[in-house]
Amino acid sequence: MSRIFIHGLGAVSPAGWGVDALRAALDKNLPLPVQTLARPGWNKPVTVRPVPPPAARPAFFAHARLRRASAMSQHTVAAALEALGPDAIRVQAGELRLGIIVCMMAGGVAYSRRFYEEVLRDPATASPLIFPETVFNAPASHLGAYLNSPVANYTLVGDEGTFLQGLALAADWLGEGRADGCVVVGAEEMDWIVADAVRLFQRETVYAAGAGAVYLNRSPAAAIELAAITDSFTYTQKQGRLAAVQQMALQLPAGAASELLCISESKAFAQPHWPGRRLTPKPVLGEAFVASAAWQCVAAGDALRREEFTAANVSIVGVNQQAIGARLQRTNLL
Amino acid sequence: MLFPSSKSLGGDRRIVVTGAGVVTALGAGWKINAAGFRAGRTAIRPVTLFDVARQRTKIAAEIDLPTTLPRTRLAEKSLRRINRAGRMLLLAAHEAWTQSGWQAEENLPIILGTTSGEMLLGQDYLEQAINAPRRLKQQATRVAYYQVQRQGLDLSDAFGFQGPITIIANACASGTNAIGHAFEMLRSGRAEKVLTGGYDALCHLTFAGFDSLQALAPAPCRPFDAERNGLTLGEGAAVLTLETLAGAHRRGAEILGEIIGYGATTDTHHLTQPHPEGNAALAAMNAACASAGILPAQIDYLNAHGTATPQNDATEAAAINRWAGDDTKNLAVSSTKASIGHLLGAAGAVEAVVCLMALRESWLPPEPGLNQIDPACRFPVVCQPVDRKIQTALSNSFGFGGANASLIFRRWA
Repeated sequence: MSRIFIHGLGAVSPAGWGVDALRAALDKNLPLPVQTLARPGWNKPVTVRPVPPPAARPAFFAHARLRRASAMSQHTVAAALEALGPDAIRVQAGELRLGIIVCMMAGGVAYSRRFYEEVLRDPATASPLIFPETVFNAPASHLGAYLNSPVANYTLVGDEGTFLQGLALAADWLGEGRADGCVVVGAEEMDWIVADAVRLFQRETVYAAGAGAVYLNRSPAAAIELAAITDSFTYTQKQGRLAAVQQMALQLPAGAASELLCISESKAFAQPHWPGRRLTPKPVLGEAFVASAAWQCVAAGDALRREEFTAANVSIVGVNQQAIGARLQRTNLL
Repeated sequence: MLFPSSKSLGGDRRIVVTGAGVVTALGAGWKINAAGFRAGRTAIRPVTLFDVARQRTKIAAEIDLPTTLPRTRLAEKSLRRINRAGRMLLLAAHEAWTQSGWQAEENLPIILGTTSGEMLLGQDYLEQAINAPRRLKQQATRVAYYQVQRQGLDLSDAFGFQGPITIIANACASGTNAIGHAFEMLRSGRAEKVLTGGYDALCHLTFAGFDSLQALAPAPCRPFDAERNGLTLGEGAAVLTLETLAGAHRRGAEILGEIIGYGATTDTHHLTQPHPEGNAALAAMNAACASAGILPAQIDYLNAHGTATPQNDATEAAAINRWAGDDTKNLAVSSTKASIGHLLGAAGAVEAVVCLMALRESWLPPEPGLNQIDPACRFPVVCQPVDRKIQTALSNSFGFGGANASLIFRRWA
């Protein structure tokens, strides 16, 4: 069996740019302030938690591929670069073969909505600059171009659990020697069209946006190990959501007082008798689908990196596709 | 567990295709498509699905979908909610499933490729949200059924199995990446069977997008023609049932062909334009050959990405010339997009089925409408129907964003 280690974490969230900002917000455990977003046809705007502007303009914004790219692409690159740390330079120099996996559910909605508005007005004048940014894999492509990485680059689409599927795929690529390292990003984008759609199902939910990234490598010189990812338990006619959650929980360790359980939602967490601390980022950050799942993993990994816990279970109960979990553990305890 | 895998890794398992379903503008099913591709028919015609009066181009390869869907485990209510792309996918999956003789079982993975899933529903949602925002009727249903994972879930429910659903959205290479990923899962021992393929339906957003880029030809596309002037969009789906050779033998299943190699690379040159020398395309073909353990000289037929845009075909021709080297003149090449248009996320999956047809039935698919072969092509482009027994075929798919992928198939004898 090939062991896989977590070498870096990155986050861009409503709390700000970087894992430090994410940690500070989760430590306070108070819902972040909301903002309003105008939506056509309604007097009352929709309430959201967007990503605040960066304190300083990141240097990568000047890259030719990223100047006009969507916010989602910029967040994807920022989170990935934070996770990669100094290895980003090794990738750019061709010294490290990096696999890239970007996961999402709604995808590049802002440019899609803008482009289709133009089509509805007059398809003959719709902008050729916008259309290429509407494809699901635009953020992954920009990240690959910025890092000059010719290795396989996949975009996976699905519900929140897709982020853990992405981590499992990265582990496969590393295990098979297809890449020396893999960065897995979960990202979603802010737009009134998605915020409105979310309210059709959960009126009180505050939509958020951003990205989270985990950098995996086989080198054991890391503080955290990716110990396990459960099967993906799909919600089907034969197996409902609750049964899927229970199946997923059976594949995760029962936990100890020194361990963390990071859960996607308080109403449907998989391990009700967990003896240690529980962390639920969504009430603080908002609902950002696959980005939310990525933030869960980043928050759990960060807590292990800071030696606050010995191990962590990450339980992701997706909105409409799957329940899936992960187990992270500190390497200095082995 | 997805990781660490509970299945034994390692071993070079042989992976075979035991079921193939296909829906294109040529028709629904292997037989009608094989007849069409073999004869070099074209199914490109004026667009009727949406208003193209203000578009530069007014043609595409539309499918006449059957009014009824095959009987599956899906209830009538569920069937009614399946939209155009999902219907194509279900038709193709039903054909593949029936042919394979598979039964419902636990933990059968689905790996699909698409660029836009049910974007027709997404368009309807956007249009109503923009033009009549206070009207919420059907909006929740559109959101739920627009999402790409919904089409995977419908397949699970239709055939009564469950397992992980993976949707790869690598633009126009999605279908090839999906099949390649399934092949790698099986070969490494992480699965015994996988249902895989690709699907995409025509929609106005995508059509207008390619039109805005001035990438669409006003007349049916002519891949590798010296005077080619753009692509033609199409729609469709193809699904394969893949399994290990040992598993297929145990079941006594009929084998349609073998997948022996897969390569995937990234072209970092530009979001929508390939590197002019085709470096990533070359690397993908080389990676597929390395994966298959064969040399380019051993490939008999190459189903090109061949979109018929000036840049794609020039780049792909350069890459093929470099890849095949001295053997270029012996390599038969064609792009079946001349018959059915560019199916985007479905392209690689449908073209995989075309390769299987050519291998199994001993013919090469010609390109209709080809007038004068681009002198950049040092390889022969198939422009007339040819009956020829071939042993191996390679299929290329290159997408926006630089996703490049190649699959290699072998005749099953």
